[in-house]
Amino acid sequence: MMTVALGSRKLFDQNWKRILFWGGICALSQVFICLVGLPSELNRRILIESTLSLGYLFILWIPLVFGYIVSKMVELEGIENPKPGAADLLSGALTGLIGSLGLVLLMLGIENLDMRDPLINWNPKLFRLLTFENSIAFGSLVWIPVGVGLGTFGAFLHQISAQIRKMITYATFGLFSFAILEDVIDDLSEGFRLEWLNDLIYAKKGGMTVTSTIIIAVLLALLPLLVRGKLKTKVATYRSDVTPEGKRRNSIILFSTIAVLVIVLPWFLGGIVNELLANVGLFLLLALGLNIVVGLAGLLDLGYVAFFAVGGYTTAVFTSPNSPWFSPETHFGISLLVVVVMATLAGLLIGAPVIRMRGDYLAIVTLGFGEIIRLLFLSDWLKPYLGGSQGITNIPAIDLGPWEVRGADPRSVFYMVLAFCVIAIYISWRLQGSRLGRAWMAIREDESVAEVMGINTVNSKLMAFVVGAVLASFSGAVLAAKVGSVFPKSFEILVSIIILVVVIVGGMGSITGVMVGSLVLIGILGGPRQPGLLQEFQNYKLLIYGALLVFMMLKRPEGLVPTARRTRELHQEEYLQDAWLGDDETEETKEVGEKL
Amino acid sequence: MSLLEIRNLQVTFGGLDALSNLDFSIEEGEIVSVIGPNGAGKTTFFNTISGMIPPTSGEIIFNGESVLGLDPNQITEMGIARTFQNVRLFPNMTVLENVMVSQHCRTSQLLMGALFQTKAFKQEEKEIRERSIEILGFFGTRLIGYRLDQPAFALSYANRRRLEIARAMATQPRLLLLDEPVAGMNPIETAELTGLISRLRDEWGFTIVIIEHDMKVVRDVSDRVVVLDHGVPIAQGAYDEVSTNPDVIEAYLGRPVEAKS
Repeated sequence: MMTVALGSRKLFDQNWKRILFWGGICALSQVFICLVGLPSELNRRILIESTLSLGYLFILWIPLVFGYIVSKMVELEGIENPKPGAADLLSGALTGLIGSLGLVLLMLGIENLDMRDPLINWNPKLFRLLTFENSIAFGSLVWIPVGVGLGTFGAFLHQISAQIRKMITYATFGLFSFAILEDVIDDLSEGFRLEWLNDLIYAKKGGMTVTSTIIIAVLLALLPLLVRGKLKTKVATYRSDVTPEGKRRNSIILFSTIAVLVIVLPWFLGGIVNELLANVGLFLLLALGLNIVVGLAGLLDLGYVAFFAVGGYTTAVFTSPNSPWFSPETHFGISLLVVVVMATLAGLLIGAPVIRMRGDYLAIVTLGFGEIIRLLFLSDWLKPYLGGSQGITNIPAIDLGPWEVRGADPRSVFYMVLAFCVIAIYISWRLQGSRLGRAWMAIREDESVAEVMGINTVNSKLMAFVVGAVLASFSGAVLAAKVGSVFPKSFEILVSIIILVVVIVGGMGSITGVMVGSLVLIGILGGPRQPGLLQEFQNYKLLIYGALLVFMMLKRPEGLVPTARRTRELHQEEYLQDAWLGDDETEETKEVGEKL
Repeated sequence: MSLLEIRNLQVTFGGLDALSNLDFSIEEGEIVSVIGPNGAGKTTFFNTISGMIPPTSGEIIFNGESVLGLDPNQITEMGIARTFQNVRLFPNMTVLENVMVSQHCRTSQLLMGALFQTKAFKQEEKEIRERSIEILGFFGTRLIGYRLDQPAFALSYANRRRLEIARAMATQPRLLLLDEPVAGMNPIETAELTGLISRLRDEWGFTIVIIEHDMKVVRDVSDRVVVLDHGVPIAQGAYDEVSTNPDVIEAYLGRPVEAKS
């Protein structure tokens, strides 16, 4: 105890400005979250039986995080920081306190002022939630100690050993995943015939039982103790020892394992997860196409959904008996050929006028074209041919001899989409390393120089547009067959934006990145009209998308799984620093020295 | 027939004549230097030939065909390649890729070859790679070995200039336009590159037009010197003639104050 007391700050030697600043932000965030409606909406979703709902969790994590932030030391080399001690705990507690005061003010406000007009969540429901269906005094009495406690705990996290911190982190995030993924685990356990496990963890009315919470928390906390860095050292030794041949062999093994898993696993998964995977696949297909256009050729296409629509509508017209004007009712395979032709034509048609523009201009014009195509499908003018806002319904399932791909059987859709994704991945991978891929790269770097170096930029860019368009149209075709109908509504601008976010968050130009991006965004958060794993967030999806995008741009602009090239591009300074520290320059100076 | 013939070329930017009445020709196998004070229109001259700026009037004839109205990539395909005064590599592509990509107009594989990995595609890729390394090897060991896979932005200044020349060479031109190739190099590097420029003509068969401020380089490499001032050619001929020409000295140094009588 003595050492801590000696080295740390005096209790009231605080940076008050900092506490006020972060406390204020903490209060604002809590009030913001309340007014956005997250707590009231998600209060019904129970995480732990009769203890915690997702709604409350959304308020509770804030003081914890801000307590953690406010007591974090800036570590500078060569400067001795005071040891963390009671003073830091106090700053965390004060931050939490200010945050809770924000909630108290909110309660007072709701009772005395009527602001429901601009703020729809400024309502009794929120009030009841915040006061625990009691008085303001009671609510304040609960929130203030809770805020202080969580703030202190956040600050305390800096003062415990890394091992214990790790245990707490594992337990918290593990529990959170268990609680939030209830539906999926339910679905999975059914597939693997393990319903008893499910009944053990979750209460009948939803949420985990208190006992299972404690047991799982303890088990999860023990996990890091068991592993204890063994994995890390193993990976490190593997990295240093592996030969190129071994690496190749291992990656083949890894690849085939994943392939087998992807093919076999759907048989054990229930409807919900398979449906989810099928949606992820559909968007992955779109994202892979956009990745060629944006990631490889550097053309910011915001009207990408147009090609998705072309694929969907072409399939609808050619296969559905309900197509109002021309209804050959062909097989999906034949209509797919037509889809390719139509997508190519659409790519050329939209591409040709747009392609001579650069950068922002291109983005805006494509945005316009995307809307034009949607409005055309919606218009009265084309209504006799394409059905207007009623769309085209009754699109038949895809008949593949012994199998049938239809929306009611998500597993079959998943396999269909998987096949297309494999084709798309192969195309992206092969084109990247080809003459055309290099030309795209050069255009992305410096278009005018690329042209002077003999690259026909117009043709190369058109080619990127067309390849992207064809992949998007495949996705549209499968979507049409899956849903059984197409409406102009399904092809809103939002689809383009979300796919772009998938590509950016995943890592522009990186195939693995795009896969991870669509798994994380579409799989967990959900697509524009498709719910993801976290169905509760349906209404707040765009909020979370936005927050995630901002966070990524600030912290990791190259994306989740970037290509080496993109990382280099965005971190040139660090790269050069490393090169400088290496033996790069010595050789040059030696050469010069010899000549002298 | 001359390789490049320029007839009465005029380039005007909003009332300012960047180039006017330019009239000269370049013979196959020559090394011609274009010199002149800053703002004389030297780089505009290059930009016009390479198709980046359309001339206001006049005629540029390369190898018997007019290049007016062609896109820069078509002109490159005809056999004119250039480097840039302010080095403009593809910074995030590797050294090798920079050279590989500029063989675009000499190769032909498109989508299908890449997708089905045809024999022709593989053969062409192999040839592109080999030719690139051969071209980079022209500069000794500076751009090959481990540097092949380094991004261009990581190169030293002199190496960037060398890579730019390599990239221009890779388009397999007949006429090579070098815009201040030794700017920013130290004397040793300059001397080395001066030697290489002559070799470019003798071994690779390029005709070379070079813009340069370093008079030592100009003297050592050029068969002929053209002097521009305010967009007008004021003198041309061998280096010794030009360097003693009073008009040229005036353009560079200004007119001496005349003594009052």
